[in-house]
Amino acid sequence: MSGTLDLTLAIATLWLAVGLAGLVAPRNLGLIRRLLFPLGAVLGLALAASALHGLFQSPTARVLPLGLPDLPFRARIDALSAFFLLLLGGVAAGISVFASGYIRRGEGTPPGLQCLYYHIFLASMALVLIADDAYFFMVAWETMALASFFLVTSDHRHAEIRRAGYLYLLIAHVGAIAILLCFGALQGGSGDYSFAGMRGVERPVGWASAAFLLALAGFGAKAGLVPLHVWLPEAHPAAPSPVSALMSAVMLKTAVYGVLRVTLDLIGTVYWWWGVIALATGLLSALGGIVFAAVQTDMKRLLAYSSIENIGLIFAGFGLTLIFRSFHMGTLAALALTATLYHCLNHACFKSLLFLCTGSVLHATHERSLGKLGGLMHRMPWVAWCALIGTIAIAGLPPLNGFASEWLLLQAFLFTPGLPHSYLNMLVPVAAAVVALTAALSGYVMVKFYGVVFLGQPREPKLAEARDAGAWERVGLAWLAAACIVLGLVPAAVIGLLDPVTRALTGFGMASLAEGWLFLAPIQPERASYSPLVFFAGIAALVGIAWLAVRLRYHGRMRRTGPWDCGFPHLDARMQDTAEGFGQPVRQVFEPFFRIEQQVPAPSDARPFFREVHDDRLWHWLYLPIARAVDRVTSLVTVLQRGRISVYLTYSFVTLLLLLLFVR
Amino acid sequence: MLLHYGPQLVNLLAAILLLLAFAMLSQRRILSLINLFAAQGFVLFLSTMLVAWLTGQNHLYGSAALTLALKVIALPWILHRLIRRLEVKWDVETLLNIPSVMLVGIVLVILAFNLALPISQLAGTVTRSTLGIALACVLLSFLMMITRSKAVPQVIGFLAMENGLFFAATSAVYGMPMVVEFGVALDVLVGALILGIFLFQIRERFDSVDTRHLERLKEQ
Amino acid sequence: MISAAGFAAQFTELMLAVLLAPVLTGWVNQCRAWLQNKSAPGLLQPYRVLAKLFRKEVVLAHNASPLFRFAPYLIFGCLALAAAIVPTLGTDLPLNAAADAIALVGLLALARLFIALAGMDIGTAFGSLGARREMLVGFLAEPALLMVLFTASLISGSSSLATIVETLAHRELVIHPSLAFAGVAFTMVSLAENARIPVDNPATHLELTMIHEAMVLEYSGRHLAMIEWAASLKLFVYSCVGLALFFPWGIAEGGDWLGIVLALPVLLVKLALGGAGLALIETVSAKMRIFRAPEFLGTAFLLAVLAMLVHVLLEH
Repeated sequence: MSGTLDLTLAIATLWLAVGLAGLVAPRNLGLIRRLLFPLGAVLGLALAASALHGLFQSPTARVLPLGLPDLPFRARIDALSAFFLLLLGGVAAGISVFASGYIRRGEGTPPGLQCLYYHIFLASMALVLIADDAYFFMVAWETMALASFFLVTSDHRHAEIRRAGYLYLLIAHVGAIAILLCFGALQGGSGDYSFAGMRGVERPVGWASAAFLLALAGFGAKAGLVPLHVWLPEAHPAAPSPVSALMSAVMLKTAVYGVLRVTLDLIGTVYWWWGVIALATGLLSALGGIVFAAVQTDMKRLLAYSSIENIGLIFAGFGLTLIFRSFHMGTLAALALTATLYHCLNHACFKSLLFLCTGSVLHATHERSLGKLGGLMHRMPWVAWCALIGTIAIAGLPPLNGFASEWLLLQAFLFTPGLPHSYLNMLVPVAAAVVALTAALSGYVMVKFYGVVFLGQPREPKLAEARDAGAWERVGLAWLAAACIVLGLVPAAVIGLLDPVTRALTGFGMASLAEGWLFLAPIQPERASYSPLVFFAGIAALVGIAWLAVRLRYHGRMRRTGPWDCGFPHLDARMQDTAEGFGQPVRQVFEPFFRIEQQVPAPSDARPFFREVHDDRLWHWLYLPIARAVDRVTSLVTVLQRGRISVYLTYSFVTLLLLLLFVR
Repeated sequence: MLLHYGPQLVNLLAAILLLLAFAMLSQRRILSLINLFAAQGFVLFLSTMLVAWLTGQNHLYGSAALTLALKVIALPWILHRLIRRLEVKWDVETLLNIPSVMLVGIVLVILAFNLALPISQLAGTVTRSTLGIALACVLLSFLMMITRSKAVPQVIGFLAMENGLFFAATSAVYGMPMVVEFGVALDVLVGALILGIFLFQIRERFDSVDTRHLERLKEQ
Repeated sequence: MISAAGFAAQFTELMLAVLLAPVLTGWVNQCRAWLQNKSAPGLLQPYRVLAKLFRKEVVLAHNASPLFRFAPYLIFGCLALAAAIVPTLGTDLPLNAAADAIALVGLLALARLFIALAGMDIGTAFGSLGARREMLVGFLAEPALLMVLFTASLISGSSSLATIVETLAHRELVIHPSLAFAGVAFTMVSLAENARIPVDNPATHLELTMIHEAMVLEYSGRHLAMIEWAASLKLFVYSCVGLALFFPWGIAEGGDWLGIVLALPVLLVKLALGGAGLALIETVSAKMRIFRAPEFLGTAFLLAVLAMLVHVLLEH
């Protein structure tokens, strides 16, 4: 595996070099589009290939000739790192190819700089995944946050984008502080900040729990877990689409990686109530995320909220893993962990695919608002069909990949009655119900997304000029769409990939339990089995037979005409259901989730105007009070502000004196 | 044969009792509410008969007969008369929307079972696992009283609560002494009558049986 | 584990479902007409309708996309596969290893997704209104159905439908109180999912109340025939799921050929009774406002969750 580690380091360095090359000619679009981004994509593929190889090797570590004199950077690769590197490389390859068709001039930051940030972002994510001490980890983590901040604010001429970037940076740093404190709690007074040292420390319950809660908060802030999710729906839409895709698909997963690394690897012994906390926050995020996604009118915000939902499901799976593991039910812990990791991989594929599709739509129409799109199926068939695959996958429908991981997760829930704890036994069915509700709601949201953007009639005349995606973009989309299909059809192979990871973290693997390559059967085939290939073949055969039978037996006569107007001859595109209208039932059912401001016109109004704003209640309950409190405290400190240089010099002088006295 | 299925049948009846409690919780129409109450009484009668037969406790037949007479026939008849006289047959909106009330109900069921767990482990009866359901029925009826603003559903909730208590008594300790049971039955009957008179008084005073009007009695 | 006999049984069940489904719809309509003191159409009326629709030419809107034309076949295929998964005659079905109860729910959801998308494709007010309402019904009915199936899975320790039926029908008879809750929830879900009163009315084209009919308003000719047939299949699938979970007696165990032959009349009787029951429910209940539908389905969902809880509490 030392080969994989070296190769990963080399690829990270090369990514940096590619980024720097963009800086040489920041406005040379040809170079950047035709050479640098494709090169980055090739590197991504290489990373995926080497990680695939490394997944089955034993862990290797090495000390890098970098860092501070007494505090060198340590790198290590094991199955968990290799799995997330595979995810990073594979998805980044598709996104980079797409980006080489997508990047253009005149969108804020010059292309060369974007190329630099983009590749630093990629490299720092790779480094986060192989860091083996707290110091290196934090350096890579912060580099990742900063690079993504600059990418989010690419189009910095808009005030709202700058605001989104600021919010993102703020919460990223609150999270980083929590992670830093978590590492402090983990080293347990030994002063050894390497991960190897932390693994060996025996901690009392209090310290271990503090470390877990800090990790959950810190990584949860990056992942977009409720209540630290508010940056996500602001930052994701603000960024250029490939960056949104990368952030949603990979960066959120580095947070999942972090929490898995800290909890299952570094802490080791877990307690059941940690699992309950993770499960509860996960489910809350999942349900809240999808309910908010349903009322969005901006297509990228909708997808961003759906990311919160998926992260919620991932954390729910993680919570279940913890619960099983705390009761020493190894096989079930492995099952829940498999579902969690599988969903990470799936979400990376379908969410990046959909974000890239919105990028193509955005470039073709210059419109992000769902209320001004429609009918793009006819103008942009390539993007539309790829988006359809993403839609089916994200809605968790068979035979694509979203279903496979949700199936595993639900199976994990089905096996829970048997926990030696009566309250847990009763809470778990309720949790399964929430997962099922979330999955069904995501179907609702995706019908809204796909139906409003791609189907129906164009809501604006300018949509008639929309053009389909270019060749590079198509390749990127096709790569990710193919991943969604393949990951969905051969789950047994994917479980084979996950086997070393679960074996390393829980001591049990699922690969030997899969029934051959065709059938997916956790625990025992009599309990449950699923074979997407047979399933797919069944649907295909039945559809084919039905189609052929109708074709052969009956005439194929068809007449084209206008749609049925119910006797009202002035049908136009504006009479279609709007995005707001489509979200209305969900808003009504889940009303307590929202803070709704409504402005309804009076019946006699000559110029009726209807306005409705849905706000996150958390924003008003949690964030604004904190912001006001901070404001109040800072206004007290303004007493110190005098505006005269000599006063400020006195402050420095007094501080210096005090420090000298204190240190002595 | 039937002895083998006996405890299972008691469990089934207990589940139906819980189901009826939830049905009452989600019912808007007062008329259906009374019918559900009667159905609950009938299930209670069946379960008491069954427990009596299973355990050979003859005094339970007496309680079963009392249940049938009072809760399936007398009280529903009184209530029907009451709503006919008061002319309040129509739907009554709940204070909270129904799925939310049911969600709270589910939480109550989980709580009730866990609270009843230690007690039912002490009890040596064949039907001890139903104690949690009995407690849940009591709590659900209480919840029903809280979420209604009209007086008649509140009265029904009160009576349903007594059903739950009675079921708890049969399931945990094979019923109470006959004297106590007669006393309770009389209490319930008199309570229902007094509440009926009370309702007429409310209506005379406020032209409605919405108990929210009682807020006006508060001193300013 | 895959035998020729199994394949034969699977094929028989599939053909039986596809051919019997319109008859079931016809039977329900007939019962309903009788209950409402009307003269009833014949049992084979749905077949006549289908034959007529197949013969008619397709009238397609100008802006219909390929998805619109492809969707009817896909929906039909999904529901036919769903009918093949559910054990109706015997439990030795090769497809059962490929798809369990969760996959069945996924399959129904896939069909729903496509019918809703097809409804939005033309871009008329009715189509998108119907699609929205269908998804509204779906997002509450789907988890409720899943929870009902989960209850049965918990009882039998397996999410495979064949194993569930074998456990319920051929093991020692045990009374499951949780199935009482599940049964009520399942009935409510089936009414909603099959566009029946009190949630939807299959016999109306009144715009205020339409759900299913609003979505398929643009379909005609053979496309409409496929959709109608698929709707019949859906009713059949739901009926068979209900029979398999709550009245599984009579379904043959394993590859018992004699049992399968005997299972057919039993199935027909059960379906006839179930259809009559459905007609009765439709006759005695009133259509409710569309905004009451979430409440109705929310109640069903919570009852299904309660079913799981009751199982954990009472039967564990």
